[in-house]
Amino acid sequence: MGVVQNIVDDGLGGMDHNFVTARVEDLVKWARSRSSWGASFGLACCAIEMMGTGASHYDLSRFGMEVFRASPRQADIMIVAGRVSQKMAPVLRQVYDQMMEPKWVISMGVCASSGGMFNNYAIVQGVDQIVPVDVYAPGCPPTPETLIHAIETLHQLIEDGEIMRRRAANNGGAGVELSSELAAHTSVTIGTK
Amino acid sequence: MTVVSAGTAEGGQELLSRSELTAKELLREVGSVLRLSEAEAALLAEVETEAPEDQTMIINMGPQHPSTHGVLRLMLELQGETVLRCKPIIGYLHTGMEKTGEALTYMQGGTNVTRMDYLSPLNNELVFSMAVEKLLGIDGDIPERAVWMRMLLSELNRMSSHLLFLATNGMDLGAVSMMLYGWREREDVLRFFQKVTGLRMNHNFIRPGGLAADLPSGWRDDVLAILEGLPSRLEEYDILMTGQPIWRERLQGVGVITAQEAIALGATGPILRSTGVAWDLRRDMPYLHYDELDFDVIVGQYGDAYDRYSIRFNEIRESMRIVYQILERMPSGDFRIQNKKVTPPPRARIDESMEALIHHFKIFTEGFKVPEGEVYVAIESPRGEIGCYIVSDGSSNPYRMHVRAPSFVNIQTMPHMMRGGLVADAVAVISSVDPVLGEVDR
Amino acid sequence: MSDATDTVENAVETQHGCPVQDSLGQRVLHASRDQYVSVIKALADEGYEMCVDLTGVDYLEMPQRTIGFGIQPERFEVVVNLLSLSKRQRIRLRVQVPADDATLATLFDIHPGTEAHERETFDMFGIVFTGHPDMTRILMPEDWDGHPLRKDYSQGSIPVQFKGANS
Repeated sequence: MGVVQNIVDDGLGGMDHNFVTARVEDLVKWARSRSSWGASFGLACCAIEMMGTGASHYDLSRFGMEVFRASPRQADIMIVAGRVSQKMAPVLRQVYDQMMEPKWVISMGVCASSGGMFNNYAIVQGVDQIVPVDVYAPGCPPTPETLIHAIETLHQLIEDGEIMRRRAANNGGAGVELSSELAAHTSVTIGTK
Repeated sequence: MTVVSAGTAEGGQELLSRSELTAKELLREVGSVLRLSEAEAALLAEVETEAPEDQTMIINMGPQHPSTHGVLRLMLELQGETVLRCKPIIGYLHTGMEKTGEALTYMQGGTNVTRMDYLSPLNNELVFSMAVEKLLGIDGDIPERAVWMRMLLSELNRMSSHLLFLATNGMDLGAVSMMLYGWREREDVLRFFQKVTGLRMNHNFIRPGGLAADLPSGWRDDVLAILEGLPSRLEEYDILMTGQPIWRERLQGVGVITAQEAIALGATGPILRSTGVAWDLRRDMPYLHYDELDFDVIVGQYGDAYDRYSIRFNEIRESMRIVYQILERMPSGDFRIQNKKVTPPPRARIDESMEALIHHFKIFTEGFKVPEGEVYVAIESPRGEIGCYIVSDGSSNPYRMHVRAPSFVNIQTMPHMMRGGLVADAVAVISSVDPVLGEVDR
Repeated sequence: MSDATDTVENAVETQHGCPVQDSLGQRVLHASRDQYVSVIKALADEGYEMCVDLTGVDYLEMPQRTIGFGIQPERFEVVVNLLSLSKRQRIRLRVQVPADDATLATLFDIHPGTEAHERETFDMFGIVFTGHPDMTRILMPEDWDGHPLRKDYSQGSIPVQFKGANS
């Protein structure tokens, strides 16, 4: 059937838009934003604050996120919490690739957002060099309130459909490709002063 | 430097198949620590060949894993569920902090060092500040109040770090509710730190010369509130964990290490104390005013994971005892040394005095100069002996700043502790070593 | 420190054949590469059971430094900190390692705990420890070029651009 084939091919985007499907889409977005599970990618100090946010005082459970799935296959949001070193970068990309669509990334802390105070040979200067980031949470480390604000911003973007619209406009954020030429342009000659 | 195209294979750093190893390295991975005689080594090698290579499996735990306390990668060679060999691969959090330390001034050094062991940041700052003060020659002139404040913060940090150990140990072994309880207590301490230092973590509060600011008014009540709420909660955790048969089964006899092996491997802190060696720098090589305080050093007997759990549990109680004594004896006075070259002037004076403005400017931009020399200072962090080795060339940046991180050395005990155990015990062992990867990798 | 003349040399304290220096109240022995392992062994027998730290220093940017005791300063220095639990004392050992022949014997056989430290010193400085069971990098990726803590290795900072500033 045409309708089923469209859905199989394009997911939600394949449904002809009418009143019913728009309601269904709203329902799906509403559900996604309220039960997104985080992939645990806690690296350094920010991971401790992330755990603190999940703990009883700054309960993340009220936002539907108390479960941090270790397996990326079962996770929706990857919160990159902490500094990403050169050795860790391929691992980060591999875990991101293993996550199922739709997936989102919150870059938590200044080290993940931009390299933070460590502007040196060992730290990737922002995980957006490796994975597409949806929300950046500043702080060193961000307090649990900041992280909750970031998560809620992301939830709002999911619920509005804003993120899907942006993705479509940018040809699908998940398709970040770093060719070796591009990577070479952004690197610094290391080893000589 | 193509980041993405590099794979996750680390070549020679990984656990290689037995045929590719030297005899010495095989012995090390198998967990033999002390020198064996030729005959004993041959016997060990013979026993191992009972498990030919096609019956064993090399699996990879981490670096992204819920139970490896950060980005620690463990490669295990298993036969069924039994661990035959283990090799930890680290470096996934290497931040170049020692290199960064050479680019920052001594005043800024605290921000760098504090992020190494991010569970006890004040201890990192303390050891760095003590090393710098020794180089400056002012280590005997730190005001009394500053010394006692440092001890107060250091002990509260020990409490919060051990509470986190209880939380993560519980979670790793399946008692997930302990995670929530441990964090609940930790929040109280972190809230106090936020009131005093401005930040919940990574405070940069203990600086060369003293501290950044004085204790706020009402601090005594806050500390008493923490101390009064804890004992009943600790009783609860005792009931929840310590006496429970499942807890005991999972921890007793797991990850055993003897005193001789621990000393040979350089392990300090709860690992060394669990083997029966009563070594605690606060008591045996006292720094600050720990020699004036009355506290016990908790020592284990069997060197297993249960002993390490009990030691850390009771160290929380000992730290509480110390904090009560500090509360009684906290003197009044300056919170930092009044040496214009080292400590910045109070902000109000900058409006009045040109000299104060210049000193403030110089200290925060250029930094204060430290005479040439080299020094190694060590203190007792919740994980063991943390030391700071600084070489100074007379300028305002350290020439070489090296931190001897306790977890870096303690991780070497892991192959030894895991051998012969089950994979599930591997998680218990990692948890009992309590590594913090920030200081392992620096 | 002044150059060691004959009369001064007689007054210099030595321990196990190495001149002793007092560095801010801490005892430092200066060993040569040949004496290194035997001195550590002798100290271990004497009661310094634990080697707490082994690291390197690159003195490339301090070429004019002097050590005294007639010791020729080299580019690299390996610094070993030992601890005696029984005597509650620390002692430090400094060994000069030349740049063109950056090798040193391993302490693994005496203190197995130096295994990780020596790998780190190799990774960061390029000093090879002969006899070490597994002389591979430990902190940097396996295919990394260069030794980061050397002084001729740059920080690797990328220039930071501020929004709105004239770049």
